[in-house]
Amino acid sequence: MRTMTPKLRIWWGVITVLVLVYALFPVFSIIATSFKLPSQLNLGQFLPKTWTWSNYEQILTGSAKDLFLPALRNSIGISLIATAIAVVLATLAAYAIARLDFPGKRLILTTALGVSIFPVVSIVTPLFNLWRNIGLYDTWLGLIIPYLSLTLPISIWTLAAFFRQIPWELEQAAQVDGATAWQAFRKAIVPLAAPGVFTTALIAFFIAWNDFVYGISLTSTSAARPVPAALAFFTGASQFEEPTGAISAAAVIVTVPVVILVLLFQRQIVSGLTQGAVKG
Amino acid sequence: MAAITLKDIRKTYGDGFLAVKGVSLDIADGEFVILVGPSGCGKSTLLRMIVGLEDITSGELRIGDKVVNDKAPRDRHLAMVFQNYALYPHLTVFENIAFPLRLQKGKFTEEQVREKVEFAANTLELQDHLQRKPANLSGGQRQRVAMGRAIVREANAFLFDEPLSNLDAKLRGQMRTEIARMQRRLGTTTVYVTHDQTEAMTLGDRVAVLRKGELQQVASPRGLYEQPVNLFVAGFIGSPPMNFLPGEVDGDTLHLPVADVPISPELKEKLGDRKLVIVGLRPEHFEDASLTKDSREGVVAFDVNVDVTEWLGSDLYAYIPFETHADVASKLEELDRDLDGEGMRTQMVVALDSESRVRDGDQASLWFDPAKMMVFDPEGGENLTYDAGKVREVDQQNEQDRKASIQRAQEREAAKAS
Amino acid sequence: MSADVATQAPARAPKKARSDRARSEARLGWWLAGPAFVVMLAVTIYPILQALYDSLFNYRLTAPDDKAFIGLNNYKVVLTDSLFWQSLWVTTLIMIVSVVVELLLGFALALVMHRAITSLRGLLRTAILVPYGIITVVSAFAWFYAFDINSGFINHWFDWVPGIDPNLNWFAHQGTSLSVIIASEIWKTTPFISLLLLAGLSQVPTELEEAAEVDGATWGQRLRRVVLPNMKAAIMVAVLFRALDAFRIFDNVYIMTNGANNTNVLSLLAYNTSINRLEIGLGSAISVILFLCVILICFIAIKLFKVDLASARGEG
Repeated sequence: MRTMTPKLRIWWGVITVLVLVYALFPVFSIIATSFKLPSQLNLGQFLPKTWTWSNYEQILTGSAKDLFLPALRNSIGISLIATAIAVVLATLAAYAIARLDFPGKRLILTTALGVSIFPVVSIVTPLFNLWRNIGLYDTWLGLIIPYLSLTLPISIWTLAAFFRQIPWELEQAAQVDGATAWQAFRKAIVPLAAPGVFTTALIAFFIAWNDFVYGISLTSTSAARPVPAALAFFTGASQFEEPTGAISAAAVIVTVPVVILVLLFQRQIVSGLTQGAVKG
Repeated sequence: MAAITLKDIRKTYGDGFLAVKGVSLDIADGEFVILVGPSGCGKSTLLRMIVGLEDITSGELRIGDKVVNDKAPRDRHLAMVFQNYALYPHLTVFENIAFPLRLQKGKFTEEQVREKVEFAANTLELQDHLQRKPANLSGGQRQRVAMGRAIVREANAFLFDEPLSNLDAKLRGQMRTEIARMQRRLGTTTVYVTHDQTEAMTLGDRVAVLRKGELQQVASPRGLYEQPVNLFVAGFIGSPPMNFLPGEVDGDTLHLPVADVPISPELKEKLGDRKLVIVGLRPEHFEDASLTKDSREGVVAFDVNVDVTEWLGSDLYAYIPFETHADVASKLEELDRDLDGEGMRTQMVVALDSESRVRDGDQASLWFDPAKMMVFDPEGGENLTYDAGKVREVDQQNEQDRKASIQRAQEREAAKAS
Repeated sequence: MSADVATQAPARAPKKARSDRARSEARLGWWLAGPAFVVMLAVTIYPILQALYDSLFNYRLTAPDDKAFIGLNNYKVVLTDSLFWQSLWVTTLIMIVSVVVELLLGFALALVMHRAITSLRGLLRTAILVPYGIITVVSAFAWFYAFDINSGFINHWFDWVPGIDPNLNWFAHQGTSLSVIIASEIWKTTPFISLLLLAGLSQVPTELEEAAEVDGATWGQRLRRVVLPNMKAAIMVAVLFRALDAFRIFDNVYIMTNGANNTNVLSLLAYNTSINRLEIGLGSAISVILFLCVILICFIAIKLFKVDLASARGEG
């Protein structure tokens, strides 16, 4: 490491500020908008003139609550279930890929790769028609199934990469040390595999949480419509009023938990994202 | 503590590959036995069958007086040090060593666990690292943690699977003595797998040489060195390796590429009616004639052209190229392959006194004692000059020395404790 | 060495009939991986086949009884429709511009993170992950509101820039709306690309760079001649994945313009045709074409640019 000259220090300070502005400015922008009074939206200023919670009141307890709260419930429920299913299936598959030698291993990985680049819109049209016929349209299950096409491939790739790095001979070492097969798995392997599974779940959840195409195409009411789709259907308090404040407030509410997760687990997310993608 | 007995152990893999072809071996209680051989000889498989990580296809494995063929690894009460140590990365050094104790729930109090771990840590000088994670340790420290885990297990036997192969040369020497010291102190039966013949010679009470799944010879290191049963063992044990020269029998004379050797009556009997043999001469059997003023009786003296020399301080190696005989060339090439060789040129290595002034390109006068010469059958490779009585004698001496040294180590231990 | 025999053994008799052990391992493998495999096929292969089938019919949900086989007629309608070509052009434009900018910006960010001291690196990485974690629709709204003629502040902040004044309606013209759409797309997805590139960067051995430095290479030469060639695989994979992702752009366009002022993209066209206008036959044809475009991009990347997905994705 070369020593930091004062000039270099200033440069790094400038660079850091630039990166922070880049990453956070749009977020602050929508947070600022969410605190503006509807009447002061058009002042052309970044910060609110008067800070107000009225937009949040509107979506949590007020006129828009029937639009937002069910959507929030749907988003959380559907994303969690789709993530759970994907992670369970992917864990089994990745274990097989990492530890067993069987014909078709590459086929499975290639399929996962193929599915992950599949254009979502190409799937949506036939599903839309089918779901209407068999009654899955506008239901949780009707979204969970297509969400698997988003969450499953990346989970398989990420977990397979994680599992390949686990020193599996530890299982044998534990058995020699006097562990039963189950103890060996639980005490030597699970602690090593758990972070990988957790990270994969986090990434899969982000992807499901982010979906928009399936959300607006395969739902019609608050029975299953997730937040991103619901945001697009927000309407203002009156015909002449834009729903800007309400949408911003809702956007902030669904963004905050994600940002907190990112802050808490940034190291794991980075390794998960890149492990699945580049040899690591 | 227990003896380990292998009776006609075989291992056939699912695809029909025969990895271990009927190995029988008695390992006495407290003995340090080395399994040695080039890669692919089945030594690791054999070790993994003893510990229970591989199924035994046929044969009988006893630990103590119990047949353990079908017992799970945990029920065999053995401890193993793996090649890459198999430390649990999520546990501290303390918890890694305590791992086998924690598995036996309720058997040890927290106090006892700490006592045992601290004992092992003191033995291995790991006291200062107990709260660190394996990732932050050096290679030698990891190695010692793995040994610590074996110590607290209070196992019937220790098994080592090439434990030093990931360490650099200097550390390897240190850890070698560390392992020897630990084994003498605890007196635990030990089976140690390696492909390194220096480890085999220095550590083992007895060494079992394996080749392609077959046991070649089991003897004390000295027994192996002085009386190898065949070409393979002779070529494997010793560094630099034994020189193999074609020998043509012509009446009472044996023609070697570098010299002619008179055939003694005893040797004549052993040769039978063979016309061609392979002669084995260890590098240190040669001497520089110019350094020995008084000419000796019965030695074979000859002049050769030296190609390259290496001065090592303690020795001087001189390399002497020679023309081999077409009929033995293929046999020697096969041997070279078995020994993981590189198909090197046919040359002889002689280890001379470091005061020798022989240098590259010199014409040198050398001599050797024909009584030390070994003669091998060119077809089967068996040692025609093998002397079973001598081996027994050497092994008996070795056994006495071993018992005495264990006793000394334990007396010292007892004296320290009181 | 510990597993030398075990690992060599299967290789020694490859021609023999597969043993029981190998068979049972294969069976277990498929029992474990099978469910995931079947689910993946079910959620993609079935729909695309159904779309292929539907695309051959004149099929509207508004008049389901008029369903009739019309062969490739839907494709003819689509391919002669100027709206389709307009969307294809816009989609391709968005893809190329965003990938190029993201690659440059992402590489700069990756370099910054790579060079930064450890304490700073954590901060930068966390900051960079924020856009990644944010829902695309939220990002779209954030950028939309910032530029909006009524609620935005950009016009006021930047009115000193020629061409920008408080009365500029960004979303009333093709060029300006596309700029904002691309900006939002870039902001949201650059972190991903820069993380991939950072992983690629950290795989270039430091000794290589040092050797080049000793050999007298300048910073730029080292980058161009040593670093970049050694992370080519990482770059190509990042580009391919982002290109395919950008080609499927939907959320940003839907939120900001919904295709107005010639900003329609293929995904939005397919969505509006089948989900809004319920013309399943025609929509399916667009879906199939979109799918073929993605295949074509992949094919070009793999054949022409020799992107080695297998090795780059950690699968030997």
